[in-house]
Amino acid sequence: MVTDWFTGDGDDFRLLGTRCSACASVFFPREDGHCRNPACGGGELAEVPLSRRGRVWSYTDSRYRPPSPYVSDPELPWEPYALIAVELESERIVVLGQAVPGITVSDLTVGMEVEVVPGVLGEDAETTWITWHWRPTGVTA
Amino acid sequence: MTADVAVLGAGMHPWGKWGRGFVEYGTAAARAALADAGLEWRDVGSIVGADTVRGGYPGYVAGATFAKALGWQGARVASVYAACASGAQAVNAARAQILSGLADVVLVVGADAAPKGFFRPAGGERHDDPDWLRFRVLGATNPTYFGLYARRRMALYGDTPEDFAQVKVKNAALGALNPYARYRKRVSAEEVAASAVVSDPLRLLDICATSDGGAALVLSSMEFARRHGAADPVRIRAVSTVTPRYPNTVLDLPDIATDSAAAVAPPDETFRASIARAAYEEAGVGPEELSLAEVYDLSTALELQWYEDLGLCGEGEGAKLLREGATALGGRIPVNASGGLASFGEAVPAQAIAQVCELTWQLRGDAGDRQVAGARVGLTANQGLFGHGSAVLAVR
Ligand SMILES: [Zn+2]
Repeated sequence: MVTDWFTGDGDDFRLLGTRCSACASVFFPREDGHCRNPACGGGELAEVPLSRRGRVWSYTDSRYRPPSPYVSDPELPWEPYALIAVELESERIVVLGQAVPGITVSDLTVGMEVEVVPGVLGEDAETTWITWHWRPTGVTA
Repeated sequence: MTADVAVLGAGMHPWGKWGRGFVEYGTAAARAALADAGLEWRDVGSIVGADTVRGGYPGYVAGATFAKALGWQGARVASVYAACASGAQAVNAARAQILSGLADVVLVVGADAAPKGFFRPAGGERHDDPDWLRFRVLGATNPTYFGLYARRRMALYGDTPEDFAQVKVKNAALGALNPYARYRKRVSAEEVAASAVVSDPLRLLDICATSDGGAALVLSSMEFARRHGAADPVRIRAVSTVTPRYPNTVLDLPDIATDSAAAVAPPDETFRASIARAAYEEAGVGPEELSLAEVYDLSTALELQWYEDLGLCGEGEGAKLLREGATALGGRIPVNASGGLASFGEAVPAQAIAQVCELTWQLRGDAGDRQVAGARVGLTANQGLFGHGSAVLAVR
């Protein structure tokens, strides 16, 4: 679904963006068409892994089940998940993602360090969809 | 600075969950605006509709739909889609026709019958649609973005959930005075605090509902207004329809990430601040000259953000301005005297037009119990999904 937005396993898991060879602008989700910097004549957009770690810009959660196309099992009680917006220092970009399961808003503060890890977005009989999750550094569960 | 256009008429259909079609709401609002202007529909040379969704091809409809309902009479037609800024772009399209001499009188209409519950993207597998992706990949509803902004304000400026609740208390008290509002009951801070958390730290009563509703304006050239006997009409002096500038570094609904500022320094003002500034510059008016403002309070916390983006106070001082009572009726700069979205709810194509209706009534001195005394200059501010700015500055 979001092919080429991330790569790798375990500690090697990284979000993938693209970087313009002319102006060094970074894009996530990846921009493969044309550099969006209006002052740039347009360079090659090359795939680039983003920083593994960043700082919490803000966070919230979703106490009500989101509507489709979010996939969740209506038979099961709704378990809220936290959403974290994370500022990556070297890319100077803020990337939104779900927190790892078990982390709630009460575990988070603005400015806290988090790292990107692989997580499960959903699964059916044939497929498990992998996504990225943010996890406070120092939490290993 | 551009020339003024006159607001000859303003009209609304009351907002709520009425269970009827948007054509009915829009037509009722249009007839009310025409009656207010003292004009017949057949006197109108052009109609501009703010788009809404209807099932058939091509999905988005407005201008001609309302023209048919009012009775085909050959008027020039346009329809605009700009998400929540559709109404402002409809006003802008009408203004451009008037200022260019293409039309003397233009009817602007927006109406919608909103779905229940969360807004959601159009159906299907839409991998190239950022709005679809944020729901599918993150389950990020609109309130989750409002929660992010609210939590960020708490961390940066020390705003509290009690501050946010006071925005609702203020707007509900004003909405109680507005016959067009959906919610016409005062709300206490205790009631806000007792409502369910939707997206931490925001509760149900911090977040605006979805509604049915309609709003319409009759705009004309100043010359037509004079001939029509309106010597001193409310005038639209500026319409801001700006887009962001790269890199846009504030996480914006519905995006999953901001632009990167690694290669290009961010602009010295945010997108929301640039929306208001463009209107001020075009009108030759500053924030200190405003009598009132109607802002897009999707959430209570977002209203505080607008105070700063409109230049009503410094960055981080929104809650202080609220606590001082400056933005309440009788304060230095009342905000959302209509009751705001807190009292109306969202009827997307209508709301930016409804904001201008409120300015019109206020600037005429016709706003009844919610009248801002001596109102001379009013500003609306709004933001449409995908980078659509929206602000209208009106004077008397
Ligand atoms: Zn470039």
